[in-house]
Amino acid sequence: MTSKLKFPSDEWIKELSAQLNASEAYAQSAKDWEGDFVFIVEPDSAYDDTAYLYLGLYHGKSPDAALLPSLDDREAEFMLSAPFSVWRQVIEGKLDAIQGMMTRKLKVRGNMMKIMRYPKAAKEIVSCCALIPTDFGD
Amino acid sequence: MWYFVSPQIVFGPDSLEALDELNGSRALIVTDANLVQLGIVEQVQAHLQKAGLSVSLFDQVEPDPSVQTVQRGAQVALEHQPDWIVGLGGGSSMDAAKAIWVLYERPDLHPAEINPFMPLGLRQKARLITIPTTSGTGAEVTWAIVLTDTEEQRKMGVGSRENCADLAIVDPALTVNMPPQLTADTGLDALTHAVEGFTCSWHTDFTDGLCIQATRMIFQYLPRAVENGSDMEARERMHNAATCAGLGFGNAMASLAHAMGHTLGALFHLPHGRAVSIFLPYTIEFFSHEGEGEPARFAALADAVGVNSGWGLTLAQYIRDLCQRIGNPISVAQAGIEQGDYLASLDKLIEDAFNDTQILTAVRTPTYDQLRQLFLYAYEGRPVDF
Repeated sequence: MTSKLKFPSDEWIKELSAQLNASEAYAQSAKDWEGDFVFIVEPDSAYDDTAYLYLGLYHGKSPDAALLPSLDDREAEFMLSAPFSVWRQVIEGKLDAIQGMMTRKLKVRGNMMKIMRYPKAAKEIVSCCALIPTDFGD
Repeated sequence: MWYFVSPQIVFGPDSLEALDELNGSRALIVTDANLVQLGIVEQVQAHLQKAGLSVSLFDQVEPDPSVQTVQRGAQVALEHQPDWIVGLGGGSSMDAAKAIWVLYERPDLHPAEINPFMPLGLRQKARLITIPTTSGTGAEVTWAIVLTDTEEQRKMGVGSRENCADLAIVDPALTVNMPPQLTADTGLDALTHAVEGFTCSWHTDFTDGLCIQATRMIFQYLPRAVENGSDMEARERMHNAATCAGLGFGNAMASLAHAMGHTLGALFHLPHGRAVSIFLPYTIEFFSHEGEGEPARFAALADAVGVNSGWGLTLAQYIRDLCQRIGNPISVAQAGIEQGDYLASLDKLIEDAFNDTQILTAVRTPTYDQLRQLFLYAYEGRPVDF
Protein backbone atom coordinates (compact mmCIF):
# COMPACT_ATOMS: atom_id res chain seq x y z
CA MET A 1 0.00 0.00 0.00
CA THR A 2 1.58 3.29 -1.05
CA SER A 3 -1.22 5.82 -1.56
CA LYS A 4 -2.43 7.80 1.38
CA LEU A 5 -5.76 6.95 2.99
CA LYS A 6 -8.13 9.68 4.01
CA PHE A 7 -8.81 10.05 7.72
CA PRO A 8 -11.48 9.42 8.83
CA SER A 9 -12.77 6.90 6.29
CA ASP A 10 -13.87 3.32 5.89
CA GLU A 11 -10.59 2.54 4.09
CA TRP A 12 -8.53 4.01 6.89
CA ILE A 13 -10.14 2.04 9.72
CA LYS A 14 -10.01 -1.15 7.62
CA GLU A 15 -6.29 -0.56 7.09
CA LEU A 16 -5.83 -0.14 10.85
CA SER A 17 -7.63 -3.44 11.30
CA ALA A 18 -5.26 -5.05 8.77
CA GLN A 19 -2.20 -3.58 10.50
CA LEU A 20 -3.38 -4.98 13.83
CA ASN A 21 -3.91 -8.41 12.30
CA ALA A 22 -0.34 -8.31 11.02
CA SER A 23 1.13 -7.19 14.33
CA GLU A 24 2.71 -9.88 16.48
CA ALA A 25 3.15 -7.35 19.29
CA TYR A 26 -0.55 -6.56 19.29
CA ALA A 27 -1.50 -10.23 19.11
CA GLN A 28 0.60 -10.97 22.19
CA SER A 29 -0.42 -7.97 24.25
CA ALA A 30 -4.14 -8.34 23.54
CA LYS A 31 -4.47 -12.11 23.36
CA ASP A 32 -7.26 -12.20 25.97
CA TRP A 33 -8.90 -8.91 25.02
CA GLU A 34 -12.59 -8.89 24.19
CA GLY A 35 -14.25 -5.55 23.52
CA ASP A 36 -14.95 -3.52 20.41
CA PHE A 37 -14.22 0.19 20.10
CA VAL A 38 -15.87 3.10 18.36
CA PHE A 39 -13.55 6.01 17.72
CA ILE A 40 -15.57 9.20 17.50
CA VAL A 41 -14.00 11.97 15.44
CA GLU A 42 -15.58 15.24 16.50
CA PRO A 43 -15.72 18.39 14.38
CA ASP A 44 -13.30 21.25 14.90
CA SER A 45 -11.74 24.02 12.82
CA ALA A 46 -10.06 21.46 10.55
CA TYR A 47 -13.01 19.08 10.09
CA ASP A 48 -16.71 19.80 9.77
CA ASP A 49 -18.38 16.44 10.39
CA THR A 50 -18.64 13.79 13.05
CA ALA A 51 -17.34 10.35 12.12
CA TYR A 52 -17.73 7.00 13.86
CA LEU A 53 -15.02 4.44 13.24
CA TYR A 54 -15.87 0.96 14.45
CA LEU A 55 -12.99 -1.38 15.30
CA GLY A 56 -13.78 -4.95 16.27
CA LEU A 57 -11.19 -6.44 18.63
CA TYR A 58 -11.13 -10.01 19.82
CA HIS A 59 -8.32 -12.11 21.27
CA GLY A 60 -5.42 -10.27 19.70
CA LYS A 61 -7.04 -9.84 16.30
CA SER A 62 -9.35 -7.36 14.63
CA PRO A 63 -12.09 -9.34 12.89
CA ASP A 64 -14.02 -6.33 11.62
CA ALA A 65 -13.82 -2.60 11.01
CA ALA A 66 -16.04 -0.04 9.36
CA LEU A 67 -16.99 3.60 9.12
CA LEU A 68 -20.45 3.74 10.67
CA PRO A 69 -23.26 5.93 9.40
CA SER A 70 -24.28 6.63 12.99
CA LEU A 71 -23.38 5.67 16.53
CA ASP A 72 -26.48 3.50 16.74
CA ASP A 73 -25.36 1.35 13.84
CA ARG A 74 -23.12 -1.02 15.84
CA GLU A 75 -22.77 -1.70 19.52
CA ALA A 76 -19.32 -1.31 21.06
CA GLU A 77 -18.17 -1.75 24.62
CA PHE A 78 -15.76 1.18 24.47
CA MET A 79 -15.80 4.64 22.97
CA LEU A 80 -12.90 7.00 22.49
CA SER A 81 -13.78 10.49 21.36
CA ALA A 82 -11.76 13.58 20.45
CA PRO A 83 -11.80 16.42 17.97
CA PHE A 84 -10.26 15.71 14.55
CA SER A 85 -7.08 17.68 15.31
CA VAL A 86 -6.41 15.67 18.47
CA TRP A 87 -6.81 12.41 16.53
CA ARG A 88 -4.37 13.78 13.97
CA GLN A 89 -1.80 14.51 16.69
CA VAL A 90 -2.15 10.96 18.00
CA ILE A 91 -1.85 9.35 14.57
CA GLU A 92 1.18 11.49 13.71
CA GLY A 93 2.83 10.53 17.00
CA LYS A 94 2.80 14.09 18.32
CA LEU A 95 0.50 13.26 21.23
CA ASP A 96 0.91 10.15 23.38
CA ALA A 97 -2.55 8.59 23.44
CA ILE A 98 -2.34 7.72 27.14
CA GLN A 99 -1.26 11.25 28.00
CA GLY A 100 -4.09 12.47 25.79
CA MET A 101 -6.54 10.44 27.87
CA MET A 102 -4.97 11.63 31.12
CA THR A 103 -5.31 15.27 30.09
CA ARG A 104 -8.81 14.40 28.85
CA LYS A 105 -8.13 15.60 25.33
CA LEU A 106 -9.22 12.08 24.42
CA LYS A 107 -12.29 10.98 26.31
CA VAL A 108 -12.77 7.30 26.98
CA ARG A 109 -16.00 5.56 27.92
CA GLY A 110 -16.32 1.95 29.01
CA ASN A 111 -15.11 -0.37 31.72
CA MET A 112 -11.92 1.32 32.94
CA MET A 113 -10.93 -1.66 35.07
CA LYS A 114 -10.71 -3.67 31.90
CA ILE A 115 -8.86 -1.05 29.87
CA MET A 116 -6.25 -0.49 32.56
CA ARG A 117 -5.25 -4.15 32.41
CA TYR A 118 -4.16 -3.84 28.78
CA PRO A 119 -1.95 -0.73 28.52
CA LYS A 120 0.49 -2.38 26.12
CA ALA A 121 -2.31 -3.34 23.73
CA ALA A 122 -3.49 0.27 23.69
CA LYS A 123 0.03 1.39 22.84
CA GLU A 124 0.25 -1.14 20.02
CA ILE A 125 -3.01 0.12 18.48
CA VAL A 126 -1.55 3.62 18.40
CA SER A 127 1.70 2.29 16.95
CA CYS A 128 -0.28 0.64 14.16
CA CYS A 129 -2.09 3.92 13.46
CA ALA A 130 1.28 5.52 12.83
CA LEU A 131 2.06 2.91 10.16
CA ILE A 132 -0.83 4.04 7.97
CA PRO A 133 0.05 6.68 5.36
CA THR A 134 -2.71 9.12 6.13
CA ASP A 135 -4.27 11.98 4.22
CA PHE A 136 -5.69 14.54 6.62
CA GLY A 137 -7.21 16.62 3.85
CA ASP A 138 -4.56 19.38 3.87
CA MET B 1 -0.15 19.97 27.78
CA TRP B 2 0.88 18.24 30.94
CA TYR B 3 0.77 18.71 34.70
CA PHE B 4 3.11 19.00 37.64
CA VAL B 5 1.29 17.90 40.77
CA SER B 6 2.63 18.26 44.28
CA PRO B 7 1.31 18.52 47.80
CA GLN B 8 2.46 21.29 50.09
CA ILE B 9 5.67 19.83 51.54
CA VAL B 10 6.89 20.47 55.07
CA PHE B 11 10.38 19.02 55.52
CA GLY B 12 13.34 18.88 57.87
CA PRO B 13 13.71 18.20 61.59
CA ASP B 14 10.58 18.86 63.68
CA SER B 15 8.36 19.12 60.62
CA LEU B 16 5.84 16.84 62.34
CA GLU B 17 4.90 19.94 64.31
CA ALA B 18 3.04 21.16 61.22
CA LEU B 19 0.23 18.87 62.35
CA ASP B 20 -0.32 21.12 65.38
CA GLU B 21 -1.74 23.78 63.06
CA LEU B 22 -4.38 21.64 61.35
CA ASN B 23 -7.99 22.71 61.26
CA GLY B 24 -10.55 19.96 61.54
CA SER B 25 -12.40 17.72 63.94
CA ARG B 26 -11.60 14.08 63.14
CA ALA B 27 -8.57 12.30 61.70
CA LEU B 28 -8.08 8.72 60.61
CA ILE B 29 -4.51 7.42 60.71
CA VAL B 30 -3.83 4.67 58.17
CA THR B 31 -0.73 2.69 59.06
CA ASP B 32 0.70 -0.71 60.00
CA ALA B 33 0.92 -2.46 63.35
CA ASN B 34 4.72 -2.16 63.44
CA LEU B 35 4.59 1.63 63.63
CA VAL B 36 2.14 1.38 66.50
CA GLN B 37 4.66 -0.79 68.36
CA LEU B 38 7.52 1.61 67.59
CA GLY B 39 5.55 4.48 69.14
CA ILE B 40 5.53 6.53 65.96
CA VAL B 41 1.73 6.43 65.71
CA GLU B 42 1.53 7.75 69.25
CA GLN B 43 3.74 10.73 68.29
CA VAL B 44 1.53 11.59 65.33
CA GLN B 45 -1.60 11.07 67.39
CA ALA B 46 -0.30 13.51 70.03
CA HIS B 47 0.26 16.23 67.41
CA LEU B 48 -3.20 15.71 65.91
CA GLN B 49 -4.78 15.87 69.36
CA LYS B 50 -2.84 19.07 70.05
CA ALA B 51 -4.64 20.50 67.02
CA GLY B 52 -7.93 19.51 68.65
CA LEU B 53 -8.73 16.54 66.44
CA SER B 54 -10.17 13.26 67.65
CA VAL B 55 -8.15 10.43 66.16
CA SER B 56 -9.14 6.96 64.97
CA LEU B 57 -6.76 4.31 63.72
CA PHE B 58 -6.64 1.74 60.94
CA ASP B 59 -3.41 -0.18 61.51
CA GLN B 60 -4.01 -3.25 59.35
CA VAL B 61 -2.01 -2.28 56.29
CA GLU B 62 0.24 -5.13 55.19
CA PRO B 63 3.24 -4.93 52.87
CA ASP B 64 1.87 -4.73 49.30
CA PRO B 65 -1.65 -3.84 50.46
CA SER B 66 -4.48 -5.79 48.95
CA VAL B 67 -7.74 -4.62 47.45
CA GLN B 68 -9.55 -6.17 50.40
CA THR B 69 -7.44 -4.27 52.93
CA VAL B 70 -8.24 -0.88 51.44
CA GLN B 71 -11.91 -1.82 51.23
CA ARG B 72 -11.85 -2.63 54.97
CA GLY B 73 -10.06 0.66 55.66
CA ALA B 74 -12.68 2.56 53.68
CA GLN B 75 -15.35 0.96 55.81
CA VAL B 76 -13.59 2.26 58.93
CA ALA B 77 -13.46 5.72 57.36
CA LEU B 78 -17.16 5.59 56.56
CA GLU B 79 -17.88 4.71 60.19
CA HIS B 80 -15.67 7.45 61.68
CA GLN B 81 -16.27 10.19 59.08
CA PRO B 82 -12.83 11.85 59.28
CA ASP B 83 -12.09 15.18 57.66
CA TRP B 84 -8.37 14.31 57.49
CA ILE B 85 -6.89 10.99 56.45
CA VAL B 86 -3.27 10.53 57.47
CA GLY B 87 -1.17 7.97 55.61
CA LEU B 88 1.72 7.14 57.93
CA GLY B 89 4.47 4.68 57.08
CA GLY B 90 6.16 3.36 53.97
CA GLY B 91 4.68 3.23 50.51
CA SER B 92 2.20 0.52 51.45
CA SER B 93 0.54 2.59 54.16
CA MET B 94 0.55 5.78 52.12
CA ASP B 95 -0.82 4.05 49.04
CA ALA B 96 -3.46 2.35 51.17
CA ALA B 97 -4.38 5.74 52.66
CA LYS B 98 -4.82 7.21 49.18
CA ALA B 99 -7.08 4.34 48.12
CA ILE B 100 -9.05 4.41 51.38
CA TRP B 101 -9.57 8.14 50.96
CA VAL B 102 -10.86 7.70 47.40
CA LEU B 103 -13.22 4.89 48.43
CA TYR B 104 -14.42 6.91 51.41
CA GLU B 105 -15.27 9.78 49.09
CA ARG B 106 -16.51 7.51 46.31
CA PRO B 107 -18.00 4.34 47.86
CA ASP B 108 -19.46 3.52 44.44
CA LEU B 109 -16.01 2.68 43.05
CA HIS B 110 -14.06 -0.56 43.12
CA PRO B 111 -10.35 0.12 43.87
CA ALA B 112 -9.39 -1.08 40.40
CA GLU B 113 -11.62 1.62 38.91
CA ILE B 114 -9.54 4.48 40.31
CA ASN B 115 -8.07 5.90 37.13
CA PRO B 116 -6.56 9.11 35.79
CA PHE B 117 -8.93 9.42 32.84
CA MET B 118 -12.05 10.57 34.65
CA PRO B 119 -12.73 13.17 37.35
CA LEU B 120 -13.17 11.65 40.81
CA GLY B 121 -14.57 14.69 42.62
CA LEU B 122 -12.51 14.22 45.81
CA ARG B 123 -12.16 16.58 48.79
CA GLN B 124 -15.88 16.67 49.53
CA LYS B 125 -15.42 14.83 52.83
CA ALA B 126 -11.73 14.84 53.70
CA ARG B 127 -8.20 15.75 52.71
CA LEU B 128 -5.04 13.69 52.78
CA ILE B 129 -1.78 14.02 54.69
CA THR B 130 1.16 11.72 53.96
CA ILE B 131 4.00 11.12 56.40
CA PRO B 132 6.76 8.78 55.18
CA THR B 133 8.74 6.75 57.71
CA THR B 134 11.03 5.25 55.08
CA SER B 135 13.15 7.08 52.51
CA GLY B 136 12.26 5.50 49.23
CA THR B 137 8.82 5.22 47.77
CA GLY B 138 8.07 8.90 47.25
CA ALA B 139 4.43 7.94 47.78
CA GLU B 140 4.04 11.03 49.94
CA VAL B 141 4.10 13.18 46.81
CA THR B 142 2.93 10.88 44.03
CA TRP B 143 -0.61 10.13 43.01
CA ALA B 144 -0.01 6.55 41.95
CA ILE B 145 -1.43 3.77 44.08
CA VAL B 146 -0.04 0.24 43.89
CA LEU B 147 -2.41 -2.44 45.16
CA THR B 148 -2.10 -6.20 45.01
CA ASP B 149 -4.71 -8.45 43.53
CA THR B 150 -4.18 -11.44 45.82
CA GLU B 151 -6.29 -13.75 43.68
CA GLU B 152 -4.18 -13.22 40.58
CA GLN B 153 -0.92 -12.56 42.47
CA ARG B 154 -0.51 -9.40 40.50
CA LYS B 155 0.26 -5.80 41.38
CA MET B 156 -1.93 -3.18 39.78
CA GLY B 157 -1.23 0.49 39.39
CA VAL B 158 -4.22 2.75 39.82
CA GLY B 159 -4.62 6.40 40.78
CA SER B 160 -5.64 9.85 39.68
CA ARG B 161 -3.96 13.24 39.92
CA GLU B 162 -6.75 14.17 42.32
CA ASN B 163 -5.61 11.68 44.93
CA CYS B 164 -2.24 13.36 45.43
CA ALA B 165 -1.93 14.38 49.09
CA ASP B 166 -2.71 17.90 50.26
CA LEU B 167 0.17 17.96 52.71
CA ALA B 168 3.33 15.83 52.89
CA ILE B 169 5.43 15.91 56.05
CA VAL B 170 9.01 14.78 55.40
CA ASP B 171 10.56 14.55 58.86
CA PRO B 172 13.89 12.67 58.95
CA ALA B 173 13.53 11.82 62.64
CA LEU B 174 10.91 9.23 61.68
CA THR B 175 13.49 7.22 59.74
CA VAL B 176 16.14 6.64 62.44
CA ASN B 177 14.70 3.28 63.43
CA MET B 178 14.99 1.83 59.93
CA PRO B 179 17.30 -1.19 59.96
CA PRO B 180 20.16 -1.25 57.40
CA GLN B 181 18.43 -3.67 55.02
CA LEU B 182 15.26 -1.57 54.89
CA THR B 183 17.37 1.56 54.42
CA ALA B 184 19.15 -0.12 51.51
CA ASP B 185 16.01 -1.47 49.83
CA THR B 186 14.04 1.76 50.11
CA GLY B 187 17.02 3.89 49.10
CA LEU B 188 17.46 1.83 45.95
CA ASP B 189 13.76 2.27 45.23
CA ALA B 190 14.32 6.03 45.32
CA LEU B 191 17.34 5.65 43.04
CA THR B 192 15.27 3.66 40.54
CA HIS B 193 12.60 6.37 40.61
CA ALA B 194 15.17 9.08 39.97
CA VAL B 195 16.89 7.25 37.11
CA GLU B 196 13.69 6.09 35.44
CA GLY B 197 11.98 9.46 35.99
CA PHE B 198 14.86 11.12 34.11
CA THR B 199 15.06 8.59 31.30
CA CYS B 200 11.44 7.62 30.63
CA SER B 201 9.65 9.00 27.60
CA TRP B 202 7.41 11.28 29.71
CA HIS B 203 10.20 13.20 31.45
CA THR B 204 9.86 16.99 31.37
CA ASP B 205 11.85 20.12 32.13
CA PHE B 206 10.06 20.24 35.46
CA THR B 207 11.07 16.74 36.50
CA ASP B 208 14.64 16.45 35.14
CA GLY B 209 16.30 18.61 37.77
CA LEU B 210 14.58 16.81 40.62
CA CYS B 211 15.71 13.43 39.27
CA ILE B 212 19.30 14.55 38.79
CA GLN B 213 19.54 16.03 42.27
CA ALA B 214 17.94 12.95 43.83
CA THR B 215 20.35 10.63 41.99
CA ARG B 216 23.33 12.68 43.18
CA MET B 217 22.17 12.66 46.80
CA ILE B 218 21.43 8.94 46.79
CA PHE B 219 24.85 8.02 45.39
CA GLN B 220 26.42 10.19 48.08
CA TYR B 221 24.31 9.49 51.14
CA LEU B 222 22.78 6.03 50.81
CA PRO B 223 25.97 4.12 51.77
CA ARG B 224 26.34 6.38 54.82
CA ALA B 225 22.72 5.89 55.89
CA VAL B 226 23.06 2.10 55.53
CA GLU B 227 26.39 1.96 57.38
CA ASN B 228 25.33 4.23 60.22
CA GLY B 229 21.63 4.75 60.78
CA SER B 230 22.33 7.45 63.35
CA ASP B 231 24.06 9.63 60.78
CA MET B 232 21.33 12.27 60.76
CA GLU B 233 22.81 14.25 57.89
CA ALA B 234 22.65 11.12 55.71
CA ARG B 235 19.15 10.31 56.97
CA GLU B 236 17.86 13.80 56.22
CA ARG B 237 19.43 13.98 52.76
CA MET B 238 18.11 10.52 51.89
CA HIS B 239 14.64 11.49 53.09
CA ASN B 240 14.72 14.62 50.94
CA ALA B 241 16.17 12.68 48.00
CA ALA B 242 13.34 10.16 48.12
CA THR B 243 10.76 12.94 48.05
CA CYS B 244 12.58 14.75 45.20
CA ALA B 245 12.68 11.47 43.26
CA GLY B 246 8.98 10.99 44.01
CA LEU B 247 8.17 14.40 42.59
CA GLY B 248 10.38 13.66 39.59
CA PHE B 249 9.08 10.28 38.56
CA GLY B 250 5.57 10.95 39.89
CA ASN B 251 5.16 13.76 37.40
CA ALA B 252 6.83 11.81 34.62
CA MET B 253 6.67 8.05 34.98
CA ALA B 254 8.86 5.12 35.86
CA SER B 255 9.84 2.58 33.25
CA LEU B 256 10.82 -0.98 32.48
CA ALA B 257 12.67 -1.80 35.72
CA HIS B 258 9.45 -1.02 37.57
CA ALA B 259 7.36 -3.13 35.21
CA MET B 260 9.71 -6.09 35.75
CA GLY B 261 10.15 -5.43 39.47
CA HIS B 262 6.41 -5.23 40.10
CA THR B 263 5.85 -8.67 38.67
CA LEU B 264 8.87 -10.23 40.41
CA GLY B 265 7.82 -8.69 43.73
CA ALA B 266 4.24 -9.86 43.40
CA LEU B 267 5.20 -13.45 42.59
CA PHE B 268 8.19 -13.93 44.89
CA HIS B 269 7.35 -11.44 47.65
CA LEU B 270 10.58 -9.54 47.29
CA PRO B 271 10.68 -6.02 48.80
CA HIS B 272 9.73 -3.53 46.11
CA GLY B 273 12.94 -1.50 46.18
CA ARG B 274 15.10 -4.59 45.96
CA ALA B 275 13.06 -6.00 43.09
CA VAL B 276 13.11 -2.88 40.91
CA SER B 277 16.75 -2.06 41.61
CA ILE B 278 17.91 -5.54 40.57
CA PHE B 279 16.49 -4.88 37.10
CA LEU B 280 17.62 -1.26 36.77
CA PRO B 281 21.16 -1.86 35.44
CA TYR B 282 19.91 -4.46 32.94
CA THR B 283 17.26 -2.12 31.59
CA ILE B 284 19.79 0.71 31.36
CA GLU B 285 21.98 -1.56 29.24
CA PHE B 286 18.98 -2.50 27.09
CA PHE B 287 18.03 1.15 26.61
CA SER B 288 21.63 2.15 25.92
CA HIS B 289 21.91 -0.22 22.98
CA GLU B 290 23.46 1.60 20.05
CA GLY B 291 20.90 2.68 17.47
CA GLU B 292 17.76 1.38 19.18
CA GLY B 293 17.52 2.90 22.63
CA GLU B 294 18.42 6.34 23.87
CA PRO B 295 22.02 6.01 25.02
CA ALA B 296 22.49 9.77 25.04
CA ARG B 297 19.84 10.24 27.69
CA PHE B 298 21.58 7.81 30.04
CA ALA B 299 24.93 9.33 29.24
CA ALA B 300 23.51 12.75 30.11
CA LEU B 301 22.38 11.49 33.51
CA ALA B 302 25.75 9.83 34.12
CA ASP B 303 27.50 13.09 33.31
CA ALA B 304 25.10 15.18 35.40
CA VAL B 305 25.64 13.10 38.51
CA GLY B 306 29.39 12.89 38.05
CA VAL B 307 29.59 9.21 37.18
CA ASN B 308 31.37 10.48 34.12
CA SER B 309 32.50 9.08 30.84
CA GLY B 310 29.47 9.94 28.77
CA TRP B 311 28.32 6.36 28.67
CA GLY B 312 25.03 5.06 30.03
CA LEU B 313 26.70 1.70 30.46
CA THR B 314 28.98 3.21 33.08
CA LEU B 315 25.88 4.26 34.99
CA ALA B 316 24.66 0.65 35.01
CA GLN B 317 27.96 -0.56 36.43
CA TYR B 318 28.02 2.27 38.98
CA ILE B 319 24.59 1.20 40.21
CA ARG B 320 25.72 -2.44 40.49
CA ASP B 321 28.73 -1.27 42.50
CA LEU B 322 26.46 0.72 44.82
CA CYS B 323 24.17 -2.28 45.34
CA GLN B 324 27.12 -4.48 46.20
CA ARG B 325 28.59 -1.89 48.53
CA ILE B 326 25.39 -1.76 50.59
CA GLY B 327 24.93 -5.51 50.51
CA ASN B 328 22.08 -5.78 48.01
CA PRO B 329 21.80 -8.35 45.22
CA ILE B 330 22.68 -7.52 41.61
CA SER B 331 20.93 -10.53 40.13
CA VAL B 332 17.71 -12.40 40.74
CA ALA B 333 19.72 -15.48 41.71
CA GLN B 334 21.56 -13.48 44.36
CA ALA B 335 18.17 -12.40 45.73
CA GLY B 336 17.68 -16.03 46.74
CA ILE B 337 15.09 -17.09 44.18
CA GLU B 338 15.45 -20.71 43.10
CA GLN B 339 16.11 -21.12 39.39
CA GLY B 340 13.45 -23.81 38.98
CA ASP B 341 10.78 -21.64 40.59
CA TYR B 342 11.84 -18.68 38.49
CA LEU B 343 11.80 -20.54 35.20
CA ALA B 344 8.44 -22.09 36.06
CA SER B 345 7.05 -18.58 36.55
CA LEU B 346 8.78 -17.01 33.57
CA ASP B 347 5.71 -16.84 31.32
CA LYS B 348 3.69 -15.10 34.01
CA LEU B 349 6.57 -12.74 34.79
CA ILE B 350 6.73 -11.72 31.14
CA GLU B 351 2.97 -11.52 30.73
CA ASP B 352 2.46 -9.30 33.76
CA ALA B 353 5.45 -7.07 33.01
CA PHE B 354 4.15 -6.71 29.46
CA ASN B 355 0.84 -5.45 30.84
CA ASP B 356 2.25 -3.21 33.55
CA THR B 357 1.50 0.46 33.01
CA GLN B 358 5.16 1.40 33.57
CA ILE B 359 6.22 -0.31 30.35
CA LEU B 360 4.37 2.35 28.37
CA THR B 361 7.10 4.90 28.89
CA ALA B 362 10.07 2.69 28.11
CA VAL B 363 12.25 4.48 25.56
CA ARG B 364 12.82 1.19 23.81
CA THR B 365 9.87 -1.18 23.93
CA PRO B 366 11.02 -4.77 24.31
CA THR B 367 9.41 -7.51 22.28
CA TYR B 368 8.03 -10.50 24.10
CA ASP B 369 11.23 -12.43 23.38
CA GLN B 370 13.47 -9.57 24.44
CA LEU B 371 11.58 -9.33 27.71
CA ARG B 372 12.16 -13.03 28.24
CA GLN B 373 15.87 -12.50 27.61
CA LEU B 374 15.97 -9.57 30.03
CA PHE B 375 14.45 -11.72 32.78
CA LEU B 376 16.95 -14.50 32.05
CA TYR B 377 19.99 -12.21 31.91
CA ALA B 378 18.90 -10.57 35.18
CA TYR B 379 18.60 -13.97 36.79
CA GLU B 380 22.13 -14.94 35.85
CA GLY B 381 23.65 -11.50 36.35
CA ARG B 382 24.78 -11.23 32.73
CA PRO B 383 25.18 -7.69 31.40
CA VAL B 384 22.69 -7.12 28.57
CA ASP B 385 24.27 -7.23 25.10
CA PHE B 386 21.24 -6.89 22.84
